[in-house]
Amino acid sequence: MKGDEVIGGDQVSYDDVEVGTDLAAVSYPATRLSLVKYCGASGDFNVIHWNERIARAVGLPDVIAHGMFTMAQAGRFVTDWAGPKATVVDFGVRFSSPVVVPDDDVGAAITVSGQVEEKLDGNRVALALTARSAETKVLTRARAVVRLP
Amino acid sequence: MAINPDFLGKTFPPGPAYEISRVKLAEFADAIGDPNPVYRDRSAAVEAGFPDVIAPPTFPFVISIASSARALADPGLNLNYAMVVHGEQRFSYVRPLHAGDVVTAQVTISDIREVGRNSTMTTTTQIRTVDGEHVCTAYSTLVERGGAQ
Repeated sequence: MKGDEVIGGDQVSYDDVEVGTDLAAVSYPATRLSLVKYCGASGDFNVIHWNERIARAVGLPDVIAHGMFTMAQAGRFVTDWAGPKATVVDFGVRFSSPVVVPDDDVGAAITVSGQVEEKLDGNRVALALTARSAETKVLTRARAVVRLP
Repeated sequence: MAINPDFLGKTFPPGPAYEISRVKLAEFADAIGDPNPVYRDRSAAVEAGFPDVIAPPTFPFVISIASSARALADPGLNLNYAMVVHGEQRFSYVRPLHAGDVVTAQVTISDIREVGRNSTMTTTTQIRTVDGEHVCTAYSTLVERGGAQ
């Protein structure tokens, strides 16, 4: 499934959600252009996100994506699933491995999947998330809590 | 040289007020590759129950980084930014930020420790409107690779 097939998503309601339901994996691209745009939009110009020479000099395999870019893809996965009337009330991740972005026209793919972990009071639902790139887990202990209609 | 432990517990004064604009939110949504209309189309956001276009869940980091950049740039902190990678990130939201919000970010260095060869530093950032409404708390852990050597 390509990342651009779902825009905003249909609305999920709290009563229809079942604990243990798997959320279908979605892959999102990360190219050098993505990172340059993210530098500009976020204000995070750390050289390891755009300068291969310095990235390698400080011991990285190549330019790496901003952790927050990867987290943003997981955020999109959550909000696309939850629908436009949902609100995210808590969202946390651990960046377990960098997303390495080669200087080609394809870049890296960040594949996000998830599962409904828990139904909480106040129409809140906890999702357990996983993100991988190049077969490596790039987010661990990733969890979002959303409030559904 | 490690991160200076004297900075543990230090709270920095809030930076200048940050006015969230529709243009900035659309730019940020473009940069993360998220086509969701609630980030760029006011009528879609209003239909979903929000007063104006809302911010993607990871957007508060853009506000917090502007304030934390001042803390990170303090030479006394002794943080080598080229060696820094993002370790963990969490947001706890009272409500989504939306266009028209005018907010400040107050950064506290809530933890500094050495983990093996690395140093880590955790900041806790309170994002409030200029009227004093608490909107979001962001927790960031940065890892300085080799920082404990």
